[in-house]
Amino acid sequence: MAKAFTPGLTVTARASYRARRILPIAGEVTVKAGDRVEAGTVVAQTFMDGDVFPMKVASALGAQPKDLPGLMLKQVGDAVRKDEPIARSKGIFGMMRTEARSTADGVIESVGESTGMVMVRGPKVPIEVRAYVAGTVVEVLPGEGAVVEAAAALVQGIFGIGGEVHGPVAMACAGPDEELDADDVTPAMRGCVVVGGARMTAAAIARAREVGAAAVVSGGIDDQDLRDFLGHDIGVAVTGSERMGITLIVTEGFGSIAMAARTFALLASHAGRTASVNGATQIRAGVMRPEIVVPLEAGGVAGEGAVVAGGATAGVLEVGTPVRVIRDPHFGVLGTVAALPEQPAVLGSGSKARVLEVAVAGGERITVPRANVELIEG
Amino acid sequence: MAAAHPPAAQPAKPVLDPASIHVIVATDCGSTTTKAILIELVDGHYRQTQRGEAPTTVEAPFADVTLGVTNAVTELQELSGRRLIADDGTVIRRSSTTDRDGCDVYISTSSAGGGLQMMVAGVVRQMTAESAKRAALGAGAIVMETIASNDQRKPHEQIQRIRELRPDMVLLSGGTDGGDQKKVVELAELIAPAKPRPRFGGEYRLPVIFAGNKDAAPAVERVFGSGFDLSVVPNIRPTLEEENLGPARDRIHDVFLEHVMAHAPGYDTLIAWADAPIMPTPGAVGDILRTIARKRGINALGVDIGGATTDVFSVFDGAFNRTVSANLGMSYSISNVCAEATMPRILRWVHLPMDERELRNRVKNKMIRPTTIPQTLEALVFEQAVAREALRLSFDQHKAFATSLKGVQQQRTVGDAFTQQAGGGTLVDAMKLDLLVASGGVLSHAPRMEQTALMLIDSFEPEGFTELAKDSIFMMPHLGVLASVHPDAAMEVFEKDCLVHLGTCVAPRGQGKAGKPCFAWELRGARSARGTMNVGDMELVPLAYDEACEMTVTPEKGFDMGAGPGRAVTRTVRGGTVGLVLDARGRAIEVPADEAARRATVARWLQALRVYE
Repeated sequence: MAKAFTPGLTVTARASYRARRILPIAGEVTVKAGDRVEAGTVVAQTFMDGDVFPMKVASALGAQPKDLPGLMLKQVGDAVRKDEPIARSKGIFGMMRTEARSTADGVIESVGESTGMVMVRGPKVPIEVRAYVAGTVVEVLPGEGAVVEAAAALVQGIFGIGGEVHGPVAMACAGPDEELDADDVTPAMRGCVVVGGARMTAAAIARAREVGAAAVVSGGIDDQDLRDFLGHDIGVAVTGSERMGITLIVTEGFGSIAMAARTFALLASHAGRTASVNGATQIRAGVMRPEIVVPLEAGGVAGEGAVVAGGATAGVLEVGTPVRVIRDPHFGVLGTVAALPEQPAVLGSGSKARVLEVAVAGGERITVPRANVELIEG
Repeated sequence: MAAAHPPAAQPAKPVLDPASIHVIVATDCGSTTTKAILIELVDGHYRQTQRGEAPTTVEAPFADVTLGVTNAVTELQELSGRRLIADDGTVIRRSSTTDRDGCDVYISTSSAGGGLQMMVAGVVRQMTAESAKRAALGAGAIVMETIASNDQRKPHEQIQRIRELRPDMVLLSGGTDGGDQKKVVELAELIAPAKPRPRFGGEYRLPVIFAGNKDAAPAVERVFGSGFDLSVVPNIRPTLEEENLGPARDRIHDVFLEHVMAHAPGYDTLIAWADAPIMPTPGAVGDILRTIARKRGINALGVDIGGATTDVFSVFDGAFNRTVSANLGMSYSISNVCAEATMPRILRWVHLPMDERELRNRVKNKMIRPTTIPQTLEALVFEQAVAREALRLSFDQHKAFATSLKGVQQQRTVGDAFTQQAGGGTLVDAMKLDLLVASGGVLSHAPRMEQTALMLIDSFEPEGFTELAKDSIFMMPHLGVLASVHPDAAMEVFEKDCLVHLGTCVAPRGQGKAGKPCFAWELRGARSARGTMNVGDMELVPLAYDEACEMTVTPEKGFDMGAGPGRAVTRTVRGGTVGLVLDARGRAIEVPADEAARRATVARWLQALRVYE
């Protein structure tokens, strides 16, 4: 049987989800293997070098750079406070001496004999890494962080903005093909992961932010609405660092498109449970998709199911495989693979490409390039 | 000048005798695909005989680039019937030219893992910093940031920016030999405490190449201390009038192999397998283009449009330049192209009615699902319109960068630098361009060659007589590295197998009123034909590549074919799979403001060239 590989997005009721929680630089791990953690539990912490504040001390003193070391009141390694004198000129016969003061709190990092500049390193910046998902610490990575595991329902979205948040799942639409509008979002959804159906409207996003929702998840979003919300266009799909006060995830794509029924049903079955959500999306080397993770039970003991580490997965296309068409003219259509012809076919565009036939609801069959479908995995 | 930290010894490669090289295996390890080609000496001529490809295996779960190489070369083996892969997965070498199995040389390029990413710094933005940037780009790097003493940023802003970067290496330049030391040491004092972290390997020391005032080297060494892997090479700008990029560029290649590649999974093995140093892919493309331009004595321009970036390479009067437009591409970056070009500029190339709001959603859907392909003609027309704008923007950036510097080890005057500072003096002259080579998916895989030709003409607006070609299977990287081992073989394969000759564009410079006479033309030789062209018209004259003809073009007053307005020019022209494209649209190409008239005009051009037949 002909087979083809195509990336898909995971939508699964039960997976052994592992979150590798790593500090950007070495630090201290605050949990141990076997510990039960909540999403907000700090698992590792460290301090990053503080900012550097360059100061033109020699010129402030009217001195030659090479003379600066002899004029320093503080030496490399000494702590200084803002406005504290750090160097003093010799003056004239000891009179009229000028002082240079530190412009920041910190430690003297270097004294430039060529440049006459003094560098003061600001206070260290604390960095914490949290568990993100409620579960059990299954591995400690000394000096780096920990691996947290949980049996969880997992939905990978196609695109998102905003970082990691968590909150109870709140269903705002009655069905997957219902648009999420402002009226569907209520003040009771404060702190929640609001789940809509089809497109999330600009008004719904504004309302969700207004009531203090943690995240909004829906089938689609109009590009124009996203641009208006962010205040700029997204040129390259590397997201997650937006500071908009809310995380947004679309499960299917841009435009008016319904959420896959299976995805909607899965999220609905977890209404009220706490979900961990991350909008970070990166579509380059090292693909990262946004995700909604709903830990299934306290203790986070991994049940049966595939071990998923997040990101796109690769699967096999064969007859009977459920797929979604991901490009016009059939964008968003769901169905199952009905045939995988070996020979390339000429498309309407004039290109030759390998295609497959998809059986869609109502028994109709459509032919699409293999590159234009993705597996619905679970 | 000695390196502060001498480079680690590379395995000594045997000196290769070109006469004994008959079978060559070359691979290019791209971010997603590893492409292998087999080149053989057939009846006294070097020809590319087979190609194979396999997914690149540098990322988890494989994390060993050689697996992808073995798979791609195995495909060559299956297609050619020649055993190339040993049981242990290595590439077999022949002990004599009569052996049936194995190859004589194995070479490779690589852009896997995001290629080579650099930060460069120089004292004066328009002089040493620009030279540093040129050296880095010429070596095949992506320049993430250029720091200069006069870049208008405050020191703490520069430090903050440096801290955010994760470069593979830093190139620091500044000062002429014997001149001021203070500024360049000051730059070092900014970079060192900022402690930029290397992209790979948290534990290894970031390589810094110092190519500035030689007298400042000891002070720079003191500043960087033991926290960095500093090497010192001859000054990139020893005097104000002289630019010397070669040593810095060579050192970048060395550091690329020693550090960047060595930290990528499996590359230590790949380096050992290869008979020549592994080159960054764009560096190799630049090398082959330079070789071609030098050997044929022509001006050439190459473009490689990818999903994320677009590279433009040019050689004009011997001066080589390369630019990378980091966020202009056809999938990952397609949304950015639309944002930068604006939708009206893109839609000016489209003859079909399209809904802009719907298109915006489609663009975003392509961005988030970058591997999809256009199924309908409408989708293809739109995608090719986006490509025209991505190419145009990349070319604009290239023209702005490829200014009057004369490339490697060439002389330039102080006067040139000040001209350049004023923003003029691009080396790129559309009238002088002889050969325009296209590569990259949207150009290479267009269903019809006419589409590739017109995309090139619309975006680059060549003037006079310009040969158009495309890289058949993106073989230029392989041939670039081959040129370092066997330039004649590289040249022969480039001409015979790499290039698909599309034809020649004949287009006078100038502007006139639509419908008025533009030029008269006459073809003699393999084919005889003559005609006249009115302003705004396009015409396709069938002519094969091997049908070289003499062509005389007599432009009207106000139009120029290179000899001056209204003066006739006679040249030997070659056709190709498309033929001769007569373009009387003038330069710059403009479309009517009225929507209906615009669509009708564009449709007429497309029909004349049988673009979407």
